[in-house]
Amino acid sequence: MSLIEAQKISKVYRLGDIDLRALDHISSTIEKSEFVAIMGQSGSGKSTFMNILGCLDTPTDGHYFLDGIDTGRLSRDDLAEIRNKKLGFVFQGFNLLSRTSALENVELPMLYNGFAAHERRDRARQALKNVGLEGREDHHPNQLSGGQQQRVAIARALVNEAPIILADEPTGNLDTRTSQEIMELFVRLNQESGITVILVTHEHDIAAYGKRIIRFSDGRIITDEAVI
Amino acid sequence: MINLPSTFKISFRALRVNKMRSGLTMLGIIIGVGAVIAMVAVGAGATQQIAAQISSMGSNLLIVLPGATTSGGVRMGAGTQPTLTMADAEAILRECPAVEAVAPTHSGTAQIVFSHMNWSTAILGTTPSMLDIREWRLTAGRSFTSQDVKSATKVALLGQTVVDNLFGDQDPVGHAIRIKNLPFTVVGVLAPKGQDARGHDQDDTIMIPITTAQKKLFGAQFPGMVRVITVKAKNAEDLEAAEQQITELLRQRHRMGQKQENDFTVRNLTQLMQAREESTRVMTLLLGAIASVSLLVGGIGIMNIMLVSVTERTREIGIRMAIGAKTWDIRLQFIIEALTLSLIGGIIGTIAGVATSAIISSASGWPIVVSPLSIVLAFGFSGFIGIFFGFYPAYKASLLNPIDALRYE
Ligand SMILES: Nc1ncnc2c1ncn2[C@@H]1O[C@H](COP(=O)(O)OP(=O)(O)OP(=O)(O)O)[C@@H](O)[C@H]1O
Ligand SMILES: [Mg+2]
Repeated sequence: MSLIEAQKISKVYRLGDIDLRALDHISSTIEKSEFVAIMGQSGSGKSTFMNILGCLDTPTDGHYFLDGIDTGRLSRDDLAEIRNKKLGFVFQGFNLLSRTSALENVELPMLYNGFAAHERRDRARQALKNVGLEGREDHHPNQLSGGQQQRVAIARALVNEAPIILADEPTGNLDTRTSQEIMELFVRLNQESGITVILVTHEHDIAAYGKRIIRFSDGRIITDEAVI
Repeated sequence: MINLPSTFKISFRALRVNKMRSGLTMLGIIIGVGAVIAMVAVGAGATQQIAAQISSMGSNLLIVLPGATTSGGVRMGAGTQPTLTMADAEAILRECPAVEAVAPTHSGTAQIVFSHMNWSTAILGTTPSMLDIREWRLTAGRSFTSQDVKSATKVALLGQTVVDNLFGDQDPVGHAIRIKNLPFTVVGVLAPKGQDARGHDQDDTIMIPITTAQKKLFGAQFPGMVRVITVKAKNAEDLEAAEQQITELLRQRHRMGQKQENDFTVRNLTQLMQAREESTRVMTLLLGAIASVSLLVGGIGIMNIMLVSVTERTREIGIRMAIGAKTWDIRLQFIIEALTLSLIGGIIGTIAGVATSAIISSASGWPIVVSPLSIVLAFGFSGFIGIFFGFYPAYKASLLNPIDALRYE
């Protein structure tokens, strides 16, 4: 049983009279502890696919099995629990809560699964330390650089010990130097903790951090190969 | 699993970010709760005042007035023709089983003089049983007696207002006053009763034996003439029986034919006052109901703001959903926000309502009763409003699709 198994997933958006097929019968499997980079030109369906893998969106057609469970059969709250426990998100735009400190942003996922306040605090501190943000706990997002904000987002994705991290263009808003640091962080998480990393990127040198590259074009997978 | 303390914290923070808006929204609830409490306090004060007047009047009272209410088809005021006598009063006490006490009165207004002070007041000629019927106690001296009535003695009981105006701090008992130039001895002072139902000062009065009033002060068109007979029934259930017995007895005594109209009128004072008390109670309810409308409007204000807040924070909701917030986590967050607004509004409104009541009371002199029940009700109602009007926006927020909420600009 694979960790992630997509079976003929399609996503169709209806725009007026036209059907827009953002994903066209995508089938793929990803195993535990893989490091996968997804590439493809703009509008090819990468984000759509990531959102479905992240249980933020549902396919129009096909099945998505996560840990052997058909997510199409789950309720809203079941999916929320999966997002909380099994999936960590990192977005291009960081998606941190403004007016909320770094520490509290990292505590957020634990708010929804019953950790005691002091335990939340300790774990959030530890997670921030892991991404190299010790001493920045009380900074608000607008007091942090883009790279630091993305580290907060990564800490937030890690804090519940999710086995899968989904990152949609995590370095899209960052300069080369910072991008490399963020990617090294992902590599370390993948190698040391065995966390499955799936990330979308436009840049070859970013994709080169992965061990496997899946290429999208017009809602289909055109190549899927290991990085040598 | 829902984490209440954290949810509270999130809600408080959201409210603090929009201080001005939260304040204005609360204002609606503050005005609503304040109005309910103040209005109910005014109404309850009026009700209590009437109840106090009823008890100061004495209980289970009927009054018999001379003259018909109608005469040959023309309505006449009661008391227009003198038809009642001392003998009627004695007969009522003797022959009506439902009657406990009777006090005939003959009254007028006169000038009273004590040394160089003078005062004009109502002189009530009556019998000692008047004090029992009206439950009127003495603060000094003694009452006059049946013997005083028999021999038309010139003795007087003074009301507190009269004492204040003629004697100041002096003890009036034993002193001589002049009423219409006749010397009277003050034998006692009546305990203060305050205003009656019409706002009339009940302490601005002097009581003397009825015979003295008839023979020496005001005269009588015929011997033993009485202006009013006050009757106390044995108890509240006997009031109607007493009314009937008195009517039958007086018709008989006045030799009235089958078709003839009564030449007297019997009024049930207690019933009259109870009707007023009832209508005041209805007024209180009405005032409260009107004030509740403003509370309702305040609640709609909360709903309005919460809907705006949900729309504004769609992205925040999306982020929370993406990291695992469940339906009720999101709902509770917004319900608690609404509840916090309405409860803080409720607390401030309660304080404002009590303060307003106190101001109304001191400015108008009306008695005001802030009942704990009205506070509990207004408070409970504002909490209910918070949940009720907060639920829809919260429900709306919880149904958002995570990805749509995240993409919302
Ligand atoms: N909510 C939506 N409604 C309608 N069409 C949509 C919606 N979301 C995506 N699409 C369409 O689906 C297609 C795939 O979009 P997607 O965002 O997955 O592309 P992408 O590969 O992530 O592109 P980029 O590299 O620019 O981020 C695009 O044509 C896009 O216009
Ligand atoms: Mg994209």
